[in-house]
Amino acid sequence: MNAPYPVTPVQQVTIKIDGEDVSVPEGSTILTACNAAGKDTPTLCYGDTLTPKNACRVCMVELKGSRVLVPSCSRKVSPGMEVMTDTERVRHSRRLVLELLGSSVDLSTTPRIPEWMQRYDADPDRYGERSGESLTRDIHEPGEHHAGNGYVAATMSQPDKIDNDLYVRDYSKCILCYKCVDACGTQWQNSFAIQIAGRGFDSQISTEYAAELPDSACVFCGNCVEVCPTGALSFKSEYDMRAAGTWDESQQTETTTVCTYCGVGCNLNLHVQDNKIVKVTSPHDHSIGHGNLCIKGRFGFVHVHSRSKEGSDS
Amino acid sequence: MHVFGAGGGTSSYREAEDADLLVFWGSNAREAHPIFFHHALKAIHKGAKVYAVDPRRAKTAEWADAWLGLDVGTDVALAYGIGREIIHAGLVNEAFVANATTGFEEYIAACEPWTLEVTSRETGVPADLIRQLAHDYAKAERAQICWTLGITEHHNGTDNVRSLCNLALLTGHVGRWGSGLVPLRGQNNVQGGGDMGAIPKNLPGFQDVGNADHRAKFERLWNVTMPPKYGMTLSEMMHAMDEGHLTNLYIIGENPVQSDADSNAVGKRLENLDHVVVQDIFLTKTASYADVVLPSTAAWCESEGTFTNSERRVQLVRKALEPPGSAKDDIEIMRLIAERLGRGWPEQTAEQIWDELRAVSPRHHGMSYRLLAERGGLQWPFPDENGPESPFLHGRLWEKDPEKRGQLAPFGTPKHSLPVDKLDDEFPLRLTTGRRLTDYNTGVQSGGFNSPIRFGACVDLSPEDMARLDVNEGEWVRISSRRGSVLAPVRREPGLRPGLLFMACNFPDEVDVNALTIEANDPISGTAEFKATAVKVEKTNEVPTWERNVFTKLGREKQELAPAE
Repeated sequence: MNAPYPVTPVQQVTIKIDGEDVSVPEGSTILTACNAAGKDTPTLCYGDTLTPKNACRVCMVELKGSRVLVPSCSRKVSPGMEVMTDTERVRHSRRLVLELLGSSVDLSTTPRIPEWMQRYDADPDRYGERSGESLTRDIHEPGEHHAGNGYVAATMSQPDKIDNDLYVRDYSKCILCYKCVDACGTQWQNSFAIQIAGRGFDSQISTEYAAELPDSACVFCGNCVEVCPTGALSFKSEYDMRAAGTWDESQQTETTTVCTYCGVGCNLNLHVQDNKIVKVTSPHDHSIGHGNLCIKGRFGFVHVHSRSKEGSDS
Repeated sequence: MHVFGAGGGTSSYREAEDADLLVFWGSNAREAHPIFFHHALKAIHKGAKVYAVDPRRAKTAEWADAWLGLDVGTDVALAYGIGREIIHAGLVNEAFVANATTGFEEYIAACEPWTLEVTSRETGVPADLIRQLAHDYAKAERAQICWTLGITEHHNGTDNVRSLCNLALLTGHVGRWGSGLVPLRGQNNVQGGGDMGAIPKNLPGFQDVGNADHRAKFERLWNVTMPPKYGMTLSEMMHAMDEGHLTNLYIIGENPVQSDADSNAVGKRLENLDHVVVQDIFLTKTASYADVVLPSTAAWCESEGTFTNSERRVQLVRKALEPPGSAKDDIEIMRLIAERLGRGWPEQTAEQIWDELRAVSPRHHGMSYRLLAERGGLQWPFPDENGPESPFLHGRLWEKDPEKRGQLAPFGTPKHSLPVDKLDDEFPLRLTTGRRLTDYNTGVQSGGFNSPIRFGACVDLSPEDMARLDVNEGEWVRISSRRGSVLAPVRREPGLRPGLLFMACNFPDEVDVNALTIEANDPISGTAEFKATAVKVEKTNEVPTWERNVFTKLGREKQELAPAE
């Protein structure tokens, strides 16, 4: 009777990871298989709600029969694959990626970085002293690239962009993983407010003509902040609390509830510290929003804190 | 509800992604329901066609293949024109109409006068666009019509909905994956409130107060005798206040003094009552009329419970914050009031109350809190804990066996009826109201955060009307209707056709738009005609007494527009 809704029968595929058999549904990635096998694989540009971009190269694994290492986050499994996750080649590759990123980008708010640096013996300091803050990263001269002097490590270091009350862009922490661009573009929001500007090491996430966010096509949904892996994008509430030294995730609770601003029913994860909402995220595995919200759901919580102790209007 | 026997959107959001055609009719979903629109965008990227039917060329129309800019209040006429074209082009889904519907002959007769030419003249939509929509909708494998308050906030809102249902019946675009009728609810729990019986004629689970069997079930559960009398709709209550029958009012979580049409009249009514109780999270303007104010918790983050969304998904609401001061949970307030009335209701958790509801509402019977938590909500009907979910409704209409098909869906023959507030020489312009992306209802909640994209209060005018009135962007005008008059700065909006004005309803403290609107209510839903007010606009030198929230983005917009001009 009912027209069939799309349910495709899924077969299991078995591959070998570090010599052990692992079965995952066909169409899965090697990363999914690694997770199923309990292999802890570092990832940065991978996003569970986004199409793999293959940008960061930190999840590379060795695949038997393949001349080069393959990105585990995007390569699909096929029967009989043999994958190695901890060979010297893999370790060397991950070490290099972590060192290059670590030498040029501020990874201080990227989760698990110290652990990975240690695991892969990465030493970002061996590239020498880091260059200071650049005030001209948003200025692009076609055809010009100024090579460094070889004595300091080139960095993304630049002033934080604080141009509105909702979220902050600290591109010193940006690894150019494209997740924000994809979330703002065709994959979710379709606002196209941001893109990569420039080439090579001068590349930078930017609005059109590097306009401030309120003057750009940004609609302040915060769906870019939701997927940012390094804290380059952060909610103003979090940014301010970090600056004040009051941000303390060990004191925070996270509660899933439902947005009150329209009838769609997006799920909200309320992060609460000292009985105050300090940021709002959204569950990535929920069928309604897949981690996405609009400006009201993301930032419209402030009113609950504007009531006085008597429970009435201020 | 009248057509299919259940008041709910027929489809899941996920289905929109698989649709071949989406019609947004009286819906600016891109701004008003942004995350539903994400699902539509998936379909658009897969090649789905989109039609926007809206007096305004709004953000949703930017994503549409075609925009049908109809005159406000001509939706019934346009739907007839489309229906007639489908019939005359031989594009009717004959088998579905024959097996699943009644009243087709009457519907054909009602369509007959609405030729493309007549419809075009009445609605202002070019005939070829009407024809194109009719053909594309009828030929699509999977098509949805999505609507919002642009359809319902009319004196004949129910007729408008009926007209859209007719089109779905005519083409068989209902009861199948990807085809359906999708009312996008304006508020978080409009669906749930109705499902729980917050409709004058209903008990929880769409059970009828007038039906003795239904009543008996609740009477047994609660050990009471229930009056077999329907309650009053909001508009009937307003009328009863005028007549003096209704003298006491208990308002929970509403701000009618600012949100209802003809706000001045609402305020006067509240002043004349014997006793007004307001239960809210804020001291709203309505609360200033109250004898007693009961501070309550913010339901979505300070209490436990459920909301039901536009795809009939019941979802758990959880407490993340301790409420401030003496604010109490709505459940607790009710219990305490019952106690004062001499009824010793037990202290119950939200889950216990939900289980009580499950016991008497078959549609919700299978939805335990455990399953709701595990599955990220469940869509009704879900009678059995082990049963399948119901992503779409009315699949039964496609059954071969007449018995399984059940009650057939009737075509309706609503009458086309122009807005009550007529245009004339004195009030020649049409004002319509709505919501912008960054704001919500009377702004009690959304006013709390500093949005960089908030325009603030203003009146949108077409460039043509601005030229005719000799006003520039940012200049003040006086907008008057037959009921009231307000001052507002002008914002230029090329998406408006000459003669059409738009105002957001979100800044009543600055510009009380509902001082202008008319309390012309739909006889069935009781919804007022917010979308169609006759006004005049005059240039003025008057200086308003307020400045906050006024059109803050003005300077920026001017710069953007400059090169194009």
